[in-house]
Amino acid sequence: MTEIKHTAKDFKSENEIRWCPGCGDFAIINSVQRAMAELGISHEKFAVISGIGCSSRFPYYMSTYGFHTIHGRATAVASGVKMANPDLSVWVITGDGDAMAIGGNHFIHLVRRNIDVNLVLFNNKIYGLTKGQYSPTSDRGFKTKTSPYGTIEDPFVPGQLVIGARGTFFARSIDNNVKLGQEICIEAARHQGTSVVEVLQNCMIYNNGVHDEISDPAFRADRQLILKHGEPMLFGQENNKGLTFEKGRLKVVTIGENGVTRDDILVHDATEEDPSLHLALINMQLPDFPVAFGVIRRVPAPVYDQELTQQINLVQKNRKISCMDELLQSGNTWEVTAKNGAADESRKCNKNEYF
Amino acid sequence: MIELEEVAIRFSGDSGDGMQLTGTLFSDTTALMGNDISTFPDYPSEIRAPQGTVGGVSGFQVQFGHKHVNTPGDYAHVLVAMNPAAVKANARFMNPGGTIIYDQDAFNEKNLRKADFKTDDPFAECKLEDYFKIPVPITSLTQEALKDMGLDNKSILRSKNMFALGLVCWIFDRPLDYIEEFIRSKFSKKPAVVESNLKVLNAGYNYGMNMQHMTPRYIVNPAPIEPGIYRNINGNHATAWGFIAAAEKAGLELFIGSYPITPATEILQALSERKDLGVKSFQAEDEIAGITSAIGAAFAGDLAITTTSGPGFALKSEALGLAVMAELPLVVVNVQRGGPSTGLPTKTEQSDLLQTLYGRNGESPVVVVAASTPSDCFWFAYKAAKIALERMVPVVLLTDGFLGNGSEPWKIPSMAELPDIKPRIAKDPATFKAYARDSGILAREWAFPGMEGFQHRVGGLEKNIAGSVSHDPDNHQKNSEIREEKVQRVVDMVPDLTVCGDEEGDVLIVGWGGTYGHLISTVRELRKEGKKVSLAHFNYIKPLPRNTREVFARFKKIIVCELNMGQFASYLRDKVPGVEYHQYNKLKGLPFTVKELKESVVKLLEE
Repeated sequence: MTEIKHTAKDFKSENEIRWCPGCGDFAIINSVQRAMAELGISHEKFAVISGIGCSSRFPYYMSTYGFHTIHGRATAVASGVKMANPDLSVWVITGDGDAMAIGGNHFIHLVRRNIDVNLVLFNNKIYGLTKGQYSPTSDRGFKTKTSPYGTIEDPFVPGQLVIGARGTFFARSIDNNVKLGQEICIEAARHQGTSVVEVLQNCMIYNNGVHDEISDPAFRADRQLILKHGEPMLFGQENNKGLTFEKGRLKVVTIGENGVTRDDILVHDATEEDPSLHLALINMQLPDFPVAFGVIRRVPAPVYDQELTQQINLVQKNRKISCMDELLQSGNTWEVTAKNGAADESRKCNKNEYF
Repeated sequence: MIELEEVAIRFSGDSGDGMQLTGTLFSDTTALMGNDISTFPDYPSEIRAPQGTVGGVSGFQVQFGHKHVNTPGDYAHVLVAMNPAAVKANARFMNPGGTIIYDQDAFNEKNLRKADFKTDDPFAECKLEDYFKIPVPITSLTQEALKDMGLDNKSILRSKNMFALGLVCWIFDRPLDYIEEFIRSKFSKKPAVVESNLKVLNAGYNYGMNMQHMTPRYIVNPAPIEPGIYRNINGNHATAWGFIAAAEKAGLELFIGSYPITPATEILQALSERKDLGVKSFQAEDEIAGITSAIGAAFAGDLAITTTSGPGFALKSEALGLAVMAELPLVVVNVQRGGPSTGLPTKTEQSDLLQTLYGRNGESPVVVVAASTPSDCFWFAYKAAKIALERMVPVVLLTDGFLGNGSEPWKIPSMAELPDIKPRIAKDPATFKAYARDSGILAREWAFPGMEGFQHRVGGLEKNIAGSVSHDPDNHQKNSEIREEKVQRVVDMVPDLTVCGDEEGDVLIVGWGGTYGHLISTVRELRKEGKKVSLAHFNYIKPLPRNTREVFARFKKIIVCELNMGQFASYLRDKVPGVEYHQYNKLKGLPFTVKELKESVVKLLEE
């Protein structure tokens, strides 16, 4: 095997990118392309599948195989792609409307089956392509064209759905941190099973600043906890804040205060099978907690497409029927000889020819 | 022994009485003896409707004969009734003067009331007085036969269908070997079940032998059938196998994405069994995921299919449009049932034709083919796959509940005699463009992920030749016309329409799909009576065979017979205008009867 070397540039297509200037999507495509370049996978083995929404134009801007499908169904199309050819590196590009509303059912079932695809969920908490309606991830009370008095519903938190659907990989990133996005995408690609990467993304036009509280450079050190497997959950300007687990709940503490030492801080274990702590991390919200980023959960579990291949191989190992002719002749058959009566062509000649 | 040309038997009882199995075993035995057969399972959509009620009656009709049998029979000559409700439900399906074998133990006060009989004489209430009735204490004889087995009463009663089966086998001179072998292998892990079933089966057979004075015995000689190796097959299995054959011939892997729905589920089941042949079966979370996963598999290089029935087909509409736009090879099977909405899930109908042709947003042409008998579901599944793969176009195969569940003997083909299938797999990366076409057939080439140098994008948005999004007005007009014309050019894969009967005459019966058996029987009977009637039966709906108009022009009158309100007739009025189309339509969830078809044609002849 020769080593496959790609650069991010190899993944850019000749199509002009038509997202709005300043859109968070530009940064996300950069991180995905950089990640792909580092995977050592041959270029033609990537398939990028999208649904409908601003983010779903993504495949046109990639030089890989791409399929821009219909609203909400990219997950199901991608499942078919992966089953047809498990050697492929299959990526789903979707948004909060595409994956959490019209495609909610396919989303949870993809995660439940643990088919080995990488799903990047652009979460801008708004319908952009239809020009500004609230989405299933919009906060309660959010005012939009279809909720002029504020929404009266609570949002989905994508990570909660992933845990609820027995997900094996969940990570969170944010558009303006390209390096984090790149690292997460590499881990997502290497994870065997469904990898869900939620990227908090800004929509300049219809929901500008939705994630500013989290991403504001002046405060982000205090408001973002970037998790790394095996490392203590530390954050803050001085990197002296951390998380502990007390009385069944997470708690923000400061090292050096109230006798807290570095040893008291939780160490992140993304591979812990019990999802309780992962769920607690997913649920953290401002202002009481920082928002968790990085790979929150990454656990091994049986992978659907691998199981499918194995099952076929196992059945074929002991098979009695190995081709169509054998199947046709199997079971109860009987022979009709000419002495049963003269060959009667009436059945045949009265029908249309097949070919 | 009385020699008969053909006999229709209807097994009927509670949905839990095992009538489908009883009917199937009798049919298989009969086919093995060299008779031609045609079967029709007729069951309720409830799995276990209230016991003893008319709504819970499950029936299985089989017609077998010494000559060719094209239908399961309009009316049954023999009814096996396990309870009074079975008599009530089936009285209208009885041939005048027929025979009724019934479990007299079950004809008690309680069951009569459950079946809503007002008096204690169900036969009089159903106007069946003149029928030949054979009362048999099936329940008590079954209990008697098993009294030493130490079984509980519930298990004992579960075997009483075997008593009925044994008895019917004796009456029609069928040996028990096949059935015995079936029982042994099906319950191989439960020796007690094998023993009890065999005991009861033989008890029923011996009962007939011992009571010869009161049970008539019939013989139906084998039919003159073309020599060869045969098997019995139903439409859903034939459909499934047609796709496996196509995948093998094309050198591709077969993928099915599907969601269980009556009466199509069996295709998914039959393909799920075939991991030995490498079939990838995917039970999706819903109908939409069924077709979209198949579209994904088609994009990635598999022969991909999805199977459904009317309501599921409606859910797949948008995705089918995606396959039209992406120009991917995909076959969708619609095993039609009574509609609209949930309609009549277990009953047959042909009312999804216009949905199939037109039920999508935009100008969204697909190829539409229809199978006409249980066994030729194999051939049309094969052909649908061939068209899809060679023309890069979605194909819809229409069958129906009658074909899907019905069975007939089938002369087994060998793979060598099936025509080649040559998928349009791209060969030259230097010249490849996603939507570049062959100038003759207008099909694009198929390049899938993993093929080096062919990277491209497809999708639901209108595209230019390279696969980039295009909103150019002229491009959309041109592509819309090309997509339609591409489907029309499939006509060169469509054989000319064959006329059954004389090439010209007074009346041409026109039909399509699953009504073939009833229509050809009608034509044969009318021709025996000297009427100048022929049949033109359509398997290709879009595009229509080239010679359609020419065939129509040779007849004085045309009557289009369908199990809907005239969908094919209205399609023909549009596509072959200038012809007067009479109609005979039926919407009862039941197949045609030859009797009613003959009457409508005779009426037309006399007009």
